[in-house]
Amino acid sequence: MIYFDRVSKVYADNFVALDEVSFAVEPGEFVSIVGHSGAGKTTLLKLILAEEEPTTGQVFFHSTNIHELGKRTIPQLRRRIGSVFQDFKLLPGKTAFENIAFTMEASGRDDDEIASDVPHVLELVGLEKKYANFPHELSGGEKQRLAIARAIVNQPDLLIADEPTGNLDPINTMEVVQIFKKINDIGTTVIFTTHNKGIIDELGRRVITLENGRVIRDDKRGKYVI
Amino acid sequence: MLTGFKRVARLGLISFWRNGLVSVASLSVMVITLFVLGGIILSRAFLLASLDELKSKVDISVAFKETTTEAEVLALKQKLTLLPEVTSITYSSREEELVDFRERNKDNSLLLQSLEEVENPFGARLNIIAADPANYESLVAFLETEDGLEETGGAGIIYDISFKKDVVNKLNRFIEVAQKAGWAIILVLGFSSVVVTFATISLAIYVSREEVSVMRLVGAQNSYIRGPFLVEGLIVGLIAAFVALILLYPATVWLHQLTVKLAVPIDLLSYYLSHLFKLILLLSVVGAGLGIVSSFLALRKHLRV
Repeated sequence: MIYFDRVSKVYADNFVALDEVSFAVEPGEFVSIVGHSGAGKTTLLKLILAEEEPTTGQVFFHSTNIHELGKRTIPQLRRRIGSVFQDFKLLPGKTAFENIAFTMEASGRDDDEIASDVPHVLELVGLEKKYANFPHELSGGEKQRLAIARAIVNQPDLLIADEPTGNLDPINTMEVVQIFKKINDIGTTVIFTTHNKGIIDELGRRVITLENGRVIRDDKRGKYVI
Repeated sequence: MLTGFKRVARLGLISFWRNGLVSVASLSVMVITLFVLGGIILSRAFLLASLDELKSKVDISVAFKETTTEAEVLALKQKLTLLPEVTSITYSSREEELVDFRERNKDNSLLLQSLEEVENPFGARLNIIAADPANYESLVAFLETEDGLEETGGAGIIYDISFKKDVVNKLNRFIEVAQKAGWAIILVLGFSSVVVTFATISLAIYVSREEVSVMRLVGAQNSYIRGPFLVEGLIVGLIAAFVALILLYPATVWLHQLTVKLAVPIDLLSYYLSHLFKLILLLSVVGAGLGIVSSFLALRKHLRV
């Protein structure tokens, strides 16, 4: 589903974020990407979302070369990929309901679908009673669950999460990880970056380890080993 | 398409409401701009009416010799009437001039008494008003030439042509300057209004740039991101036009009182009311246009989506 073909990314200050990275992710996989800060994890996810262009190499989503997409087709790609971030990236001026509804509206879904799907997905992450609250009225864990609800409401093929538990306490962290597992169980591919050794060991799924922009390990049932 | 438009409009409306102070700031600036524009339009009407009034008061006064007959004067009047630059001519006979003089000096008994001693010393008079004060010089020249001609007696029937040359020249200059200044004021105020409105809306959009990056990440099309900002600009413009129109009313009442004092024959209040529809249309179009253009420019500057 996702294929990185000898991808390098060098930023303007000559910092090498990724160096000849190649790997493939199959549909339905749950892949964790681990590494120290600056190892290239976030850059890797940005390349999938077409937020950054690779310096050399190619990134494919199914059979589409992501970086050959035009300005108008990039939004369509992003609607097929749900994304979750460490800092949640919610729309502060919109309620929980509106944050999710906005994503559906942006994808051109009709009002009936929005009216039925938003409460459903809020229930899935346990926020059905907070639908009218603004993000600043939610706790860290609730914000992240809202962000996840937003990421999955369009039933994406792929869910990517950049350190989604980085700002959460251990209990919220485990809750969020359980939600990701549930999402993966129903067939959505998940790519997940983290620093958290506990999560990796608990998941027991595939782990790709990055160091200085290079893939140094790729284990089918990995442990956190750096 | 329609759903998309409805959604963009709704998002713009909600964001205008929730942006609170920033919306109030943009609105205030826009209200001032439109108020100034409306004020200029009304002042222009006031100024033009005052100028017309001044123009109609300035005329060429032709005093005829006492020996000149009424037929001679009327013959000249007939010729003058045919000139295109002449708006109106009033004829005042010798007797009327005498009555007029008596009326003006009714408190001066000595003067009136000495007037009794002599025969009517006044000649008839023609008061000529031209369409444009700039025509006065040529009219005077025409009268002087005409007076020298055989058919009007040759020796001359005119005693004196009084023509308030200085007043006319000053008036001409004033009209010219007033018109130029009016345009300059409109240009300067218009330009600074656009700049200030742009800066205020620009600030509102700059504050939202984080939000916009999130919208992009969830796959929103550019039009869907930009649309609500343009709608917000439109709403600001339309509300501002409405507020400015309401504020113009007391300003008109005040100006109206001033015109009554200055005896300028224009009823600004009824001018405001009879031109209300035009004013609404103009201020709304300018307000909406200014709002949308400012939003559009600010979006181009801050949000390369």
